[in-house]
This record gives sequence, C-alpha cells and structure tokens, in this order.
Amino acid sequence: MPKIEIDELRCKGCGLCATVCPKKCIVLSEQINNLGYTIAVLDEAGGACVGCALCAEMCPDVAILVFK
Amino acid sequence: MQQVFKRPEALKDVQTHFCPGCHHGTIHRLVAEALDEFGLQKRTIGIASIGCSVFLYHYFDIDVIETPHGRAPAVATGVKRAKPDSFVFTYQGDGDLAAIGTAEIIHAANRGEDITVIFVNNTTYGMTGGQMAPTTLLGQKTSTSPYGRKSEKEGFPVRVTELLSGLEGVAFAARTAVNTPKNLMDAKKQIKKAFQYQVEGKGFSFVEVLSSCPTNWGMNAVEANERVGREMCEYFKLGVFKDTAGI
Ligand SMILES: Cc1ncc(C[n+]2csc(CCOP(=O)(O)OP(=O)(O)O)c2C)c(N)n1
Ligand code: SF4
Ligand code: SF4
Ligand code: SF4
Ligand SMILES: [Mg+2]
Repeated sequence: MPKIEIDELRCKGCGLCATVCPKKCIVLSEQINNLGYTIAVLDEAGGACVGCALCAEMCPDVAILVFK
Repeated sequence: MQQVFKRPEALKDVQTHFCPGCHHGTIHRLVAEALDEFGLQKRTIGIASIGCSVFLYHYFDIDVIETPHGRAPAVATGVKRAKPDSFVFTYQGDGDLAAIGTAEIIHAANRGEDITVIFVNNTTYGMTGGQMAPTTLLGQKTSTSPYGRKSEKEGFPVRVTELLSGLEGVAFAARTAVNTPKNLMDAKKQIKKAFQYQVEGKGFSFVEVLSSCPTNWGMNAVEANERVGREMCEYFKLGVFKDTAGI
C-alpha cells in the first residue's frame, strides 16, 4: 500500500500539498508544531493514497516522503 | 516498499526560514536535484545574492560565496575563469538581478560566461518588505506603489528572459514556474538542461522561475500560488526562448 510520511517539524501548514492530491487524502489538521504552524496530515477516509508524489513535489519545505 | 520521493543529497536536512508556501523552497529543491543528477555536489560553487535567498549556504550542501547585492554574475565570472573545472551557478531574485544588478547580468550574459543563472522572479523585493521591482506587474500594489504600478510613471514590467535572449552570448534561456505539478516538472527539466549546457561547456545558460511571495502579496500560500498562474504567467510567458545547442 503506497503511503506518505509528513515531517511534522518541517511542515509549515501552507496547504499546497492538499490542493494537488488527486485522492484528496491530505488535510490541514488542528495540530500545532513547534513553530506554531497547523500541520498537514494524511486522512484516507475519502480515498487511499496512490503514491503519485504530487504532494511531495509541490511541498516547498520537502516535508513529505513517499513510499510505494 | 520503495521510497519514491526523497530529499536530494545536495539539500541539507534543515528547517528553512522561508514563509509558508514560498516557492524559494521548491526552487532550492529543484536546483539540488539537478546537482545530484549530474553528480556536481563536490565541484560546485554556488553564488548567492541578496534577498530572501541570502542563506543559500545554510541550505545547500555545497561551497557557496555570498556576494554584494546584484553582483553575483560578476563574482561567478571570476570563480569560473579562475577554476574552470568548477560548476558555477548564481541564484538571484528579481530585485537583485533586474534592478541593482542589471549591469552585471547583461554583461556576463553578453560575454557568454560559462555559468548558469537561476533567476527567481516574485515581482517584488521580498526580503525588505515588498517594494516595487522592475518586474512588478501593472496595477500591482506594493509598499512603494500603494495605488498600483502605472506604466506612465514606472514603465512596464521588464521581461528579463526575452531581453537576455537577444544577446549573442546567451546559449540557453527559458522561463518556468512551479505553481502546478505540470509547470514544476517542466521547471525541473529546464534547470537540468541549463546545467547540462555548462557541464558540456556550451555557454551561458539562464532559467527564470516565476515564484510566489505570499507574505508581501498579502495573500495566503494557496492564493499566492494561484496568482502565479492567473497573473504572472499571462504577462511573463513560459517557454524556452533560446536553445542554441538543441539539447
Ligand atoms: C547595496 C544594497 N542595497 C540595498 C540592499 C537592501 N536589500 C536587501 S534585499 C533587497 C531586495 C531583494 O529582492 P529580490 O532580489 O527580489 O529577492 P527576494 O527577497 O524577493 O527573493 C534589497 C533592496 C542591500 N542589502 N544592499
Ligand atoms: S502521494 Fe499522491 S495520492 Fe498520496 S497523498 Fe500524495 S498526492 Fe495524494
Ligand atoms: S505542502 Fe508541505 S509545508 Fe505545505 S502543508 Fe503540505 S506538507 Fe506542510
Ligand atoms: S518574504 Fe516572500 S520571498 Fe521572502 S521568504 Fe517570505 S514569501 Fe518568500
Ligand atoms: Mg523578489
């Protein structure tokens, strides 16, 4: 099963990853990291990750790793 | 399971100071990937400029020289001529390259120096609080054009890639963007191509990357990303403007 790992210390909550995910499986959470940003998390309730890496490509902070 | 996306070797695993959604981070990564691809990390000397990208040496795992505002192409010229085996690229904002550094970029390009220039155009002076740059779009409100830029007073936004393409010394010139996965993939391709020009000793290569500055545009990251496509790509057309070696 493809999966992503979001580094919660690197994520700045910009939301760009969520705008490009074809499966809409990334959402901005209420969780706040050490820099005060609300971070993005994987939420596969509406559809499973396909490992396309579009989110990781768009992330300005290289906070997403993708496994397939 | 295989890792299909990872941090490039040439990019240090550190937190950046860039604002959320700022494309500088994305462009840093694409440059680092291109360095990895050609195995250039050990012989690269990056030439940093003044602007939000001033901390190039904190983020890239390569040697870097920090230059005075606008002078990166002049310093790059000296480095490349003194050490022809090194790989030399400059990374410059639009305030740096298209305002205070106009003379340096035009003459380095015209001399056909064997260097690569990454030009990050976010239509403003990001670092100093969002002043108007030569690349600021008509109507765009900045801290020094509070009613919007007007052509009668401030002239039209300068299209640097087209301007430089007219010089004989320029071997490769392209304008790209990183606002969509499709544009980003093309930006990746053109940056690699520009690097290949230098690796093969084919002359001066230049890649403009349209970039967002959510903070000084007064937008959130997603809105700023959309503005790149809606406004910037309309005036600053994407494409390859010069490809003399046809690689
Ligand atoms: C000689 C000199 N003049 C002015 C400045 C102030 N200054 C610092 S950054 C900057 C503009 C940077 O804008 P840009 O190159 O577009 O970079 P950005 O921050 O937008 O990426 C200016 C005018 C300076 N550091 N040195
Ligand atoms: S890898 Fe593709 S499907 Fe998976 S979260 Fe990222 S964008 Fe969505
Ligand atoms: S693109 Fe990166 S920094 Fe932005 S919300 Fe997604 S993971 Fe976080
Ligand atoms: S001020 Fe603009 S260019 Fe500078 S880091 Fe913030 S968003 Fe990026
Ligand atoms: Mg700028």
